[in-house]
Order: sequence, then structure tokens, then C-alpha cells
Amino acid sequence: MQETAWQVSLVLMSLITFGVIYVAINSGKREEDYGPLVKSAYGFRTKLFWTVALIFFPAMIYNLVGLPLPYGESRADSKIGPAQVINVIGHMWYWEMDRDQVEVGQPVEIRITSADVNHGFGIYDTDLHLVAQAQAMPHYTNVIYHTFKKEGTYRVLCMEYCGVAHHNMMTEIKVGKS
Amino acid sequence: MASYTYTPVPDTGAKAGVLAYLVVSAVVLLLMMVFGLLMRLEQSQFTSIGGLWFYKIMTLHGAGMVGIVALAGAAVMWHFLRLYVDLSNGIFMANLALFLIGVVMILASVLLGDFHAGWTFLFPLPGTSMGLWSTGAAALFMGGLLIIGVGFVLLHLDIARAIITRYGGLGRGLGWPQLFGHDDGNAPPPTVVASTMVTIVNLIGLVVGASILVMMLVNLYVPSFEIDPLLAKGMIYFFGHVFINAVIYMAVIAVYEILPRYTQRPWKSNKVFLASWTASTIMVMFIFPHHLLMDYAYPKWFLIVGHIIGYLNTFPILIVTGYGAMMIVYRSGIRWDMCSRLLFVSLFGWAVGAMPAFIDGTITVNYVMHNTLWVPGHFHTYLLLGMVAMVFGFMYYLGKPNENAKDSPIDVAAFWAFVIGTLGFTMSFLYSGKISVPRRYAEHLPEWVPYDRLASYFIVLILAAVLVFIFRFLSRLGFASRDYQRASLARSLATT
Repeated sequence: MQETAWQVSLVLMSLITFGVIYVAINSGKREEDYGPLVKSAYGFRTKLFWTVALIFFPAMIYNLVGLPLPYGESRADSKIGPAQVINVIGHMWYWEMDRDQVEVGQPVEIRITSADVNHGFGIYDTDLHLVAQAQAMPHYTNVIYHTFKKEGTYRVLCMEYCGVAHHNMMTEIKVGKS
Repeated sequence: MASYTYTPVPDTGAKAGVLAYLVVSAVVLLLMMVFGLLMRLEQSQFTSIGGLWFYKIMTLHGAGMVGIVALAGAAVMWHFLRLYVDLSNGIFMANLALFLIGVVMILASVLLGDFHAGWTFLFPLPGTSMGLWSTGAAALFMGGLLIIGVGFVLLHLDIARAIITRYGGLGRGLGWPQLFGHDDGNAPPPTVVASTMVTIVNLIGLVVGASILVMMLVNLYVPSFEIDPLLAKGMIYFFGHVFINAVIYMAVIAVYEILPRYTQRPWKSNKVFLASWTASTIMVMFIFPHHLLMDYAYPKWFLIVGHIIGYLNTFPILIVTGYGAMMIVYRSGIRWDMCSRLLFVSLFGWAVGAMPAFIDGTITVNYVMHNTLWVPGHFHTYLLLGMVAMVFGFMYYLGKPNENAKDSPIDVAAFWAFVIGTLGFTMSFLYSGKISVPRRYAEHLPEWVPYDRLASYFIVLILAAVLVFIFRFLSRLGFASRDYQRASLARSLATT
């Protein structure tokens, strides 16, 4: 997902860059009669609007379908088997988890809250890529459903600034076979 | 009816108050940039100031930057808006005085009281210090923010009063009669439309922000006065997002006013323009849930609103303001000087920064990129290369000695250093976000350090450029207050 976001951003940013450079290069010679220029520019803008709309709206809808599991009541992965549950409480500045070992390929229900201030529960895979996260907030429990695809030791990092040892607030989840 | 004829407007010098705003902005901006460099140097492992100082500097950098860009944006808006409506100089200066009082309180809270809960003062962190700062320090910080907010409320109330007096209502300030009825060509100029939008959203945003600050101040001393953390978070992000967005909508007035002077082409408030500003008024207030996508305790529809408006919000920026600037510059014969360069590049910075922003507002992306360095990556792009470039363009405009004055090669070099430095710096942020580096970390893992170091080098380049911009502005303050023709005429016009 990060790779896709990066590449889509680069493409869109490059398109804007080319457009701006094109205008800058063509800014030197003056077209005295602005009226016809405006009319053709408005015509192009209408096309641009519809092009952007036709790309953006399906993309917007597509990204709403198949939301990450925390948003769905349906818990799609539950077909595979009963979820393993981890109860997480964030503290300044450590994580309290009632289990730190789960099975690979089996859905895990992670119930996250906080005993003090806002924290963020971010799960990093063995390549140190963020694969899932939720805010840990006092008085509320945020639930995520995640299926670990690979075995190994995953790291948990705090994703919400919580004070002087925020960057040290790390723990691990071990993912293995049963 | 749309007219394609430019009506020349005399270039007015800045009032002393506007110059005071800009001088304070320049000095504080520079200081906050140095703080930004200090943070990146620490993450680069070039220094070792430690977590406490890192987070104190981070708190100052955040609060200072948000405050100072608001002040600079207000200076741009006030300078041009007073050409159309009757504004109170006293209120304008009162805002500056309250701002400075607030700054002193915030500085004291952080530097003397060790407060370091971040500028977002997310409840209940300010009151949960683990003994690292006192209740008084937290109250001083939040009180400082509150006083700055009160100053801006006064300023916006005065602007609302002036627009209502001149145009008959805020709806008329947004050009609704022309938008929803017959476009008789008498819609308010872009400056008035933008100022009306900013005033509406900021008054609402500031009242919400002040409310949560007061609630938290009471809670500091009377803990039995309980606050729902989810409500507090929503209120804080509503205020914070509206307020920081509004600074760009204030500063873009410099583009609307100055670029037409260079190109001798009008920037008209036609129906599309009016529609985009009315749409922005609404969207800026409803886009904030994109900060809360990882709080699943919120209703699902609330989060989907953030996702959808994140996409829609790019339309007015790209299709109307960005495209409009391209239109009046294309084949205009514009003479490029420091002012026109900075204003032109500012639209680029705004539009290009909006891309990674809306992508992060996509829920599936946010799930793995929220609170990574992707976030400062996108907002530094549109604030630094967008909003701040607008302010520097405005400063060059005010200080230009005459319409034919040539820029020194140092200034031109500084411009390119600023553009390249900002792109390099923000791309380092974005790339770090792509590889999942969390934001607001005093210490980085060894894998992340190379990108931090790269960013640090680019910040040094930005700082060198900004020093030139600020030095030039301060050395030309004498010109800034006088009335004379500043903008170079477009090529063929200048020779006839």
C-alpha cells in the first residue's frame, strides 16, 4: 500500500510539475487578446475537470469498498477460524498486552485502549513496514482485525505523541505456527 | 458578465501595522526554521540534545509555526482587504499585541516550565505530565494559545463587521447573489470573497478551539470536571485543521492581487470562482475527520466524510485557483522577478502538496501511513513552498524599489535554493513516510537515519535562502510603506 501511495503521488506531482513548467516556458511572449485565450482555457478546464472527476470519483469509491477490517462489522477473516484476541492497554510509556504470541495465517482481534493519554498502536512487520494501526485512547476501545501473513517477530511502535519517552514505547508480537 | 479587461489599481504601500506583522513573522519564522533543523539534526544523530529538549523544541516549532503563518497570512489579507472595506487599525494592532503576549506565555511555559505536550495539546496529555512539568506550565501554554485565539477572533469579527457593512452580509461577501442568480459582474473581488470565507471558517474554528482550551484549563485545576477524550480530540482537530488551512486561504490573496498586476490580466470573481470558494468554505470545516480515521470509536459515516471531502477538496485548489494562475500567466509576457517567481511557485507548491495530502486521507492508505513522516511531508510542501512562498512574494512586492528594478543574482540564487531545498526536504519526509518512519520521534532507528541526514542538508539550503529573503525585506522596509507602481508591466505593454 505504501508503495502504491508513493507511486500515485509521484505521478500526480509530476503531472502538476509538467503543467507548471509548460506554462512558465510559454509565459514570455504576450498574447494581447485575452478573450479568445480565456475561452479556449475554459474549454480545456472543463475537460480537465471531467478527466479528474472520472479518475477521482471511482478511485474514491474503490477505496471505500474493501475498507480495512476495523470498519466492517462483518469481519471477513472470521470464516477462517475463531479470532485470537489480544487485549492491549497503552501506558506512559509501555504496552501491556495479555498475550504476545499468535499464529500465522489466523485472524487476530486486537482490542486497544489506554490507561492514561492517547497512544497509537502501530504494528511493524519484520521488514519494519507499518501493516496496521489504531489509536489507543482512554475510555474507548478501538478494535482492529489483522491476519499476520508471515512468521517472525513483529514490532509495535507508538504512533501518537505521548510524552518524553514516546519513541521508546516499543514491544513485540511473535508470530509462529501452532 | 465576465470581462477580460484589466482595470489598473494603484499599488498601495503597507501600513505600519502590516510591516510590524511582517517583521515579527520574518523573525519568528526564521527561529522556528532553526528549531526544525535542530530536530532533524537530532534524528540524524548529528547531535544528542535528548528527548526532553527535542520535544520541547517540537512543541515550540509546532505552536510557533502555526501562529506565525497565521499572523503573516493575516497581514497579507488585511493589507489588501482594506482597499475594499473599512477596517479598524486599532483591532489589527490589538491582535498583534495579544499575539506577542501569547508568544511570551508559550515560551515561558516551554523554556522555563519544561512543558512539552506538543502544540496539539491532545487531551489529557497536558494534565498528565508524569511530573515533568507543572500544572501551571500547562495552564500557561494553553492560556497563551487562548490569548492568541482571542486576538484572531477580534480581528475576524472586525473583518466580518466591515464586509457586512460594505456588502450587506457574509453571503454577499461570498458572492451568493451572483453565484445562485444572474451574474451581473458585480460580485465582490476575489480578496473580499477569500476574506469572507476565512472569516467564517476561522470564527467557527476559533470558538471551538477556545472552548476546548477553556474546558481543559478548568479540568487542570478541577479534575472532577471530566472531559470525553474523543470529543476533545475532535474539537482540537476541527480547530487545528480549520485554522492552519485558513492561513493558505489568507495568503493566496497576494496571488489574486499581485499576479494580475504583472500580467495585466484580470482575476475575476465569476461563477466558477465563487462556487469554488463557497465549496471550500464548507469543505474546510468538514475535512478534519481525516485526522481521526484511526479512531474507530467514531461513527463510520463520520470517517467516510473525511475520506470523501479529502478527495473533493482538491478540485477548487487544482481546477480553480491553481489553473486560474496558470491561465493569467500563460502567454502573458510576464516579467519574472522575485515577487512574480515566488507567487507563481507558491501555486505549484500548494497544488503539488495537496496530492500526498488527499492520498493520505484515503482510509486504506491512512491505515498504514497515519502519523508517519508522510504527514509532515505533505503539509510542509504546501505550507513552505505554498503559503510561505506567498508571504515572501508579498514581501518582495512591498520592497521592490521601482517597477524596473532588477533582482540581484544572490536573490535569484536564493529563489532556486528555496525551491530545490524545499522539494528535497519534503521529498525526504515523504519517502520516510513511505518506509513507515513514525512522526514525532526524538530518536530514529539506524535504518531511517540516511533520509534524516538528507533532509538536514536541504534545510540548511532553505535557511540560507530564507536569510537572503528576510535580509532583503528588512533592508527595504523604507520602500514598503510608500505608494508607487511596483509590479513590472507585461512585456509588450511596457514598450507601448
